[in-house]
Formats: sequence, C-alpha cells, structure tokens
Amino acid sequence: MDKMPGWADAVLVPLISLLLAAILSALVIIGIGEDPIAAFKLMVDGALMRSSGWGYTLYYATNFIFTGLAVAVAFHARLFNIGGEGQAMIGGLGVALACLYIPWPNWYVALVGATVSAAIFGALWALIPAYLQAKRGSHIVITTIMFNFIAAALLNYVLVNLLRPQGAMDPATARFPEATQLPTFQDMFSTAETAMFRGAPANVTFFLAIAMCLVVWLLIWRTKLGYEIRAFGQSESAAKYAGISPVKITVVAMLISGGLAGMMALNTTMGEAERLVMNATEGAGFIGIAVALMGRSHPLGVLLAALLFGFLYQGGAELALWTNIPRELIVVIQALVILFTGALDNMVRMPLEKLFLASRRKA
Amino acid sequence: MDFATLLQVLDSTVRLATPLLLACLAGLYSERAGIFDIGLEGKMLAAAFFSAAIAAITGDVWMGLGAGILASLALSVLHGLASITFRGNQLISGVAINFLAAGLTVLIAQDWFSQGGRTSSLIGEGRFEGITLPGVEAVAGIPLIGPIYGELISGHSILVYVAFAMVPLTWWLLYRTRFGLRLRAVGEAPEAVDTAGISVVGLRYIAVGICGVLCGIAGAYLATALQAGFVKDMTAGRGFIALAALIFAKWRPWYALYACLLFGLLQAVALRYQNIDLGAFVVPVQFMDALPYILTVVILAGFVGKAIPPRAGGEPYVKER
Repeated sequence: MDKMPGWADAVLVPLISLLLAAILSALVIIGIGEDPIAAFKLMVDGALMRSSGWGYTLYYATNFIFTGLAVAVAFHARLFNIGGEGQAMIGGLGVALACLYIPWPNWYVALVGATVSAAIFGALWALIPAYLQAKRGSHIVITTIMFNFIAAALLNYVLVNLLRPQGAMDPATARFPEATQLPTFQDMFSTAETAMFRGAPANVTFFLAIAMCLVVWLLIWRTKLGYEIRAFGQSESAAKYAGISPVKITVVAMLISGGLAGMMALNTTMGEAERLVMNATEGAGFIGIAVALMGRSHPLGVLLAALLFGFLYQGGAELALWTNIPRELIVVIQALVILFTGALDNMVRMPLEKLFLASRRKA
Repeated sequence: MDFATLLQVLDSTVRLATPLLLACLAGLYSERAGIFDIGLEGKMLAAAFFSAAIAAITGDVWMGLGAGILASLALSVLHGLASITFRGNQLISGVAINFLAAGLTVLIAQDWFSQGGRTSSLIGEGRFEGITLPGVEAVAGIPLIGPIYGELISGHSILVYVAFAMVPLTWWLLYRTRFGLRLRAVGEAPEAVDTAGISVVGLRYIAVGICGVLCGIAGAYLATALQAGFVKDMTAGRGFIALAALIFAKWRPWYALYACLLFGLLQAVALRYQNIDLGAFVVPVQFMDALPYILTVVILAGFVGKAIPPRAGGEPYVKER
C-alpha cells in the first residue's frame, strides 16, 4: 500500500519544497537589507504585468523547457544528465553551422533543418558519456561534468579560431542570413494598432518547446521505448529479465536527453542572438536540473516549473535593474529549489507520510 | 626554454596545484567514507569569499582563514544532512551546494562591499605572504640546488606547506590508524562497520567535516594567498579539476599529489604560453584547458588502468532491521 496518495506526491511535496525555498529566499533578501514583499511585487510587475515582460518570461521558459525535459528523460532511466549545459553548447554549434552554411529558402524550412542539426549535435555530445556508462561503467555524472568543460573549451576554440569573421574581436560567428531569422512574438501577435511583446526575445521556438513536452509525454508513457526506459529506471535487474538491454536504454535515453538539450540552443542562438556567441546557454543546462526535479520529471510539471523559473529570471533581471539585489538572487533560489525538491526530498516527505498514515489510521 | 623559465613554470605549478591538492584530499576523505561530493567547488568558493571578506574587514588573515573554514564547514553539514541524515541524492545535494555558494557569495559581497560582487583588495596583514625557509642564503651560491631551494621550495605561503604536508598525513591516517581503517571500511561495506558496533553516521559526518575543513583552507588559499581578494566565481572550475584529480588518483593520497601536480603544471603552462608551437602543429590553449577533463574521461573509461570508486559510494546507508 502506498503511504501517500498520488496527488500528494505529485503536487503537495513540490509545493511545500517550493514554499520552503521561498521562505529562505525571503530571509536572504531581508538579510541583505531589502524588503522581500516589495521585491516580489517588483518581480511580478516586471515579468507578468506587461506583454514585453511576458515576452522575456516565455523566452527564458523556452530554454528551461528544453533543458528540463532533457534532464527529465534521463531521470526516467535513472540517469543523472548533468551535462545539459555542454550538450546545449554543442547544439548551438549545430544551429550555427546549419544556419551559416546551408542556404535556406525561408525560416520554417531553416527551423526544421536547424532543429535536426541542433538535436544531432547535442545527442552526439551525450553519446560518449552514455556509451562509457553503458559499456564501461564510468559514472555518467562525472563524465558529463567533464564533457561540459570540454565543450566550453571546444566551443571557445571553434569560435576564436575557425568561425570568427575576419577582423571581428569578440569570439562569435557572423550574423546568420536573413532567411533564417525566426519570427518573434512581436512579429506574430502585434496588430497595426497595438504593438505586443515589444522588443522581447520570445519567438516561435516557444511553440516548438510546447510541442516537445507533448512528444516527450507520448514517448515516455505511450510507446514501447518509453516503457522500457521507465522499467529500466525502476529496476535494472527486472528490466534485464524482461529482455530489455541496459546498454541500449542507457544510450538511447541519453541520446534523446542530449538532443533535447541541444535544441535549447535554437531559442538563444537562432531566435534571439542570430549568431552563436560564447555564452549562448546562459546556464540553462543547469537550471534544467531544478526544473526537472520540481516538475517531478513529468512534461506538464516541467512546463510549469519552466514557466516559474522564466518568471524568476525575468523578475530577477528587473530586481537587478531597480534595486540593490543582484541577479545572483535567482541562483540562490535555484539552489534552494534543487536542495529541497532533490536532495532534502525526504525531509519534506517523511513528516507528510507520517501525517497521512496517522489520518488513515483514524479513518 | 632555459633553466630560469623552467623554474618559474614549476614554481607556478606548485602555487596552482595547492588549491587542487587541498580540495582533492578533501574529496578523498568524503568519498572514501562513501559520500560523493561534487560540491567541492561550492565549498571552496564560499570559503574564498568569507576568508577574503573577514580578512578585509578585520585586517587579520588568520581570522579570514577561520571564517573560510567555518563557511565551508557549514556547507559540509548541509551536505551531510541531505546525504546522511535524510538519505537524499548526494549528487543533487552537491549541485545545490555549488549554486548556493555561487549565488550567496555574490549576493553578500554586493551587500557588504558594493563593488560588483568582489571584496576590496587585501593588503599587508590581510594576506598570507610567502615565507623564506631557513638556509636560503646559505645555499644561494650553489648552482642548481641554490635556485631550486630558493625559488621553488622556499618562498611560498604557509598554506602551500600545509597542503603538501597533508599528503603523508592523510596517507598515515588512512592506512596506519584505526580511524583510517574504519573510514575506508565505511565507504566499502558500511554494514560491516555497523555490525562491529561503530556508528556509520558518525564516521561519515566526521569524514564530511574533514572535507569541509580542507575545502575551507583551499578556498582561503585562493583568495588570500594566490590572489588578493575575492572575485565572482573565482574558483573557476577548480573544484571539478580536483574531482578529476581524485578519480585520476584512484582515491589514493600519494597519487592525488601527483595528479594535482600534473594538473597544476597544465594550468601553469596554459597560463604562461597561450598557444604552444610544436613545429608541426600548434597546440591551442583551449586544448590545454580541456586536458585534465579529457584525461579523466580516459581514465574513467578504464582504457588506461581502471578507476574503481569506493563500493558504497553514493549509497545512503539504511540500517537492517
């Protein structure tokens, strides 16, 4: 018998964890001499009360949906892919190469091509750690961390020595051709009278991210492969007895995970900067960990958690602009969310389980 | 390359290897006791900030060192709570600690110093200065030995000597004392330790505590000896290089020394020469940066001697009933 009903596990535990993280964050804000309620109001104001604020919130959320899904898929196979950052960097390289060297007729064909390229590049960057985990038992957490650093060095080399246009100083590629520029929300939703989402970077990749939520949900819960991934994640030995190959599942799950992480680069590289810069990932690969943990590795949960973090990111930028609170507050909140929903999960869960057991005994 | 240049490169190797070595040994205690620690980076960063901040405020570097160790210890306790008491995922806890340190240090630095996430520069008593070992002048005239002793061995800050002394001390503690045997056992077979009537939880907390102290010294060294003050993200991945060195050393103290010296040398060379021209081809500086990580992956892959972590590493211990 389950100790807790399913809804409590899926909703109550993350919510309490979030509440704890929020309380501690408020204490941090008080600690540096600012007013947490005023800060929260400012965040809501900047991120949600104007359409341009939403444009930024959804832009950040797009990144986090991709990386959150990437971590979530790996979690289902009980693999901790901490390498989303590196996979996204290399995915960005895939986007840049596709946009720069293939003459695309228009943006939607270009988007399809760049998506495939980003996914392949990201997946390939996850392939070696996956293979080493599956075949040689090298711990995937360590190898993916190492691959993040290797990716950063590789990207640095490629940008500085190979892709930088002649005479340019900053390590970045040339601007992508006109035909590959994606429509932003401003282009899509503004009417002649009212400009919506003015200047905001949110673009059509947001809908691609939503579509990927659906695809991942179908994959995990409605396909044979998804069943095998979940079975492997629940019990490796049971999966083996059922004829599921651990090597295959490890590699395939990591390829999907790396592909999703790589696709994140579409949003920042093709959608926003329109060229590949050094720090195109903006740390989103790591936020994916918090998003996946909070979203309980469910696509819907990932979507909601990504929206929350999008709000935090945009709100945090507003705070940095108007108050003495630096953007790093968001890193602290992110850390607290990871801590409570991931590492200290039992601290929240154990008392709740006791509570439910006690109430059931009474009934 | 002449002798003087070689000495300079080796000298900076020693300086750069020191924080790696301290963090690597820190990880060694923790992981030998069965607690994975990818939060070395965060603990070092927190220690770097608090040591620089307190040293800047009080003007006393020893107070700074103490504050750094305390900050690192606090994060260690958090890691212990999450991974020992509440049996959470040790890796996720480590990730959280890294972010917590990255965010909080800048937040507090901005509040205390208002210099864009850095501390004010340390001067005079606020820094660890190099100490001249006895006899430098006596051997100065001797060729080879004179410069090696005078420049390479003498003239470092006290923390460098502490770090190098920790290697034989760690070896002795792990392999020649009862505590060391128990510590290693708790990372391999905690149930056996428990059966013998020794507290698994207690031993693991001690190990995590030692890890915190050593990371604290490593961080303090970065901010108060290697550099003069804290800047945002100043650990710059050193915690992860230390982790790589630990795997490279296969969780053994003497090999940890060699691995850290190797990685320190790579950093020193990358710092001094941007791109290395080998005639036939040029080794780009980015390759030097990535080399420790590449080497670690190769070692982890087991193609050159297999790295086998402590058997109970990463697994929370649940008492049998």
